[in-house]
Amino acid sequence: MSELMPVLLALTILIGGVAGAAILTWFERRLLGVWQDRYGPNRLGPFGIGQVAADMIKLLFKDDWVPPFADRLVFIFAPTAIVVAMMMGFAVVPFAPGMMIIDVNIGLLFFLGMTSLAVYSVLLGGLASNNKYALLGGLRSAAQMVSYEVFMGLSLIGVVMMTGSFSLVDIVEAQTDVWFCFSQILGLIVFIIAGIAESHRLPFDLPEAEHELTAGFHTEYGGMKFAMFMLGEYLGLMLISCMIVTLFFGGWHGPMFIGDWLPPFFWFSFKVFVVICFFVLLRAAIPRPRYDQLMSLGWKVMLPITLVNILVTGAVLLWMEGIA
Amino acid sequence: MLEIVFFYIASTVALMATVMAMTRANAIHALIYLIVSLLAVAVIFFLIGAPFAAALEIVIYAGAIMVLFVFVIMMLNLGEKGDKQERQWLQPSIWAGPAILSTVLLIELVIVISQTSGPVSVTAVSAKQVGLSLFGPYVLAVEIASMLLLAGLVGSFHLGRRYLERDNLEKQGGQ
Repeated sequence: MSELMPVLLALTILIGGVAGAAILTWFERRLLGVWQDRYGPNRLGPFGIGQVAADMIKLLFKDDWVPPFADRLVFIFAPTAIVVAMMMGFAVVPFAPGMMIIDVNIGLLFFLGMTSLAVYSVLLGGLASNNKYALLGGLRSAAQMVSYEVFMGLSLIGVVMMTGSFSLVDIVEAQTDVWFCFSQILGLIVFIIAGIAESHRLPFDLPEAEHELTAGFHTEYGGMKFAMFMLGEYLGLMLISCMIVTLFFGGWHGPMFIGDWLPPFFWFSFKVFVVICFFVLLRAAIPRPRYDQLMSLGWKVMLPITLVNILVTGAVLLWMEGIA
Repeated sequence: MLEIVFFYIASTVALMATVMAMTRANAIHALIYLIVSLLAVAVIFFLIGAPFAAALEIVIYAGAIMVLFVFVIMMLNLGEKGDKQERQWLQPSIWAGPAILSTVLLIELVIVISQTSGPVSVTAVSAKQVGLSLFGPYVLAVEIASMLLLAGLVGSFHLGRRYLERDNLEKQGGQ
């Protein structure tokens, strides 16, 4: 049984990830409606949840068209890359004690590697479309994601220093008493901002800024290939939320004043849900910055913050070692 | 046993992808093959007990440096013209010389490797050990690398600053 566990879990993640992303498209629109004082999709089925099925039917039955001027093979390959990379990223997420596909001692680096590979999807999609809007979107995403990958990696160094390990299980275990969201508050802020930029969601969705680039890198995409991009984006959102909970909010541990009397998986999924709602709130509340503002925010604000965070964390750790 | 099978699969993929990367006329197709080759090398690193090197290979080489390569190709946007030039450069008269010379090196390498006995050590090297040796015996190399990076940083700062100043001058001239 214990050998079958990872296989079963992988299948569950595969199906649950796709279903979760589909439901998330509806959930996000409803939640945006609440925060922006309007309804959102509310016609089909109870609370409008039938909208998910309607959208899927529409996307599935659309003509699967490749523009004649596009680079055919790369055009078809691009949307799969983001889905595969994001799905692979879930392999190291510890959902509950023993409930993860693999616990490797480089878990955190594996996650960073998979998110950095997801960049190719947007890049190649923009390039293969052979369309100037798509190309501009791809160019923007390349610069944006390569820059924010740097801060994403650096913001996690504090957590790794405090744990002394890249293994995500060790990181969760180290938060049994106090979550890292207090001691690593700077790392958390930078990681959230970098996470939005990496999954190129609003407010940082400049690769597909519709008022200036029509639809950015996926201008030429339609039907299921477009759906794959969307699936990848929502999988990225879920993956980033899982990582925020794992790295900064104690993973499967309950809040310290309530304790662990509810099942660990409940705490994990509840926290992930709250973080996803927070991301939707950000989307509803914050306008999109200009492209140069985004880049200068990264290099002039986020980079110094992360470096100071690493310096202070290291100094405090050494000081505490000296006391003990 | 299974590891050896995986090793040979990964190295076959790496070799094939590298050959394809060299022979493609379209720069983007060549780059995708190069990325596949890097991923295959990462798998090999993982199999011979260097998971940290494997992760860095993916994060840095496949995930960052290659993205910048694609970025440059997108900026240049050569298209058909670039493919044509690339096909011209792929004439046997151009690559035959280097190929013969590197074949000599390859034969030498194969002979040297076949003389060493036993498999490569497969003791897993953790991230901690890598860090300790980087800041222990190899600290000089780390410092030299940081100086090299500083030079690159100063250079790019210089280029970017001149550009900004010129922009400001033009603005003032306009007013």
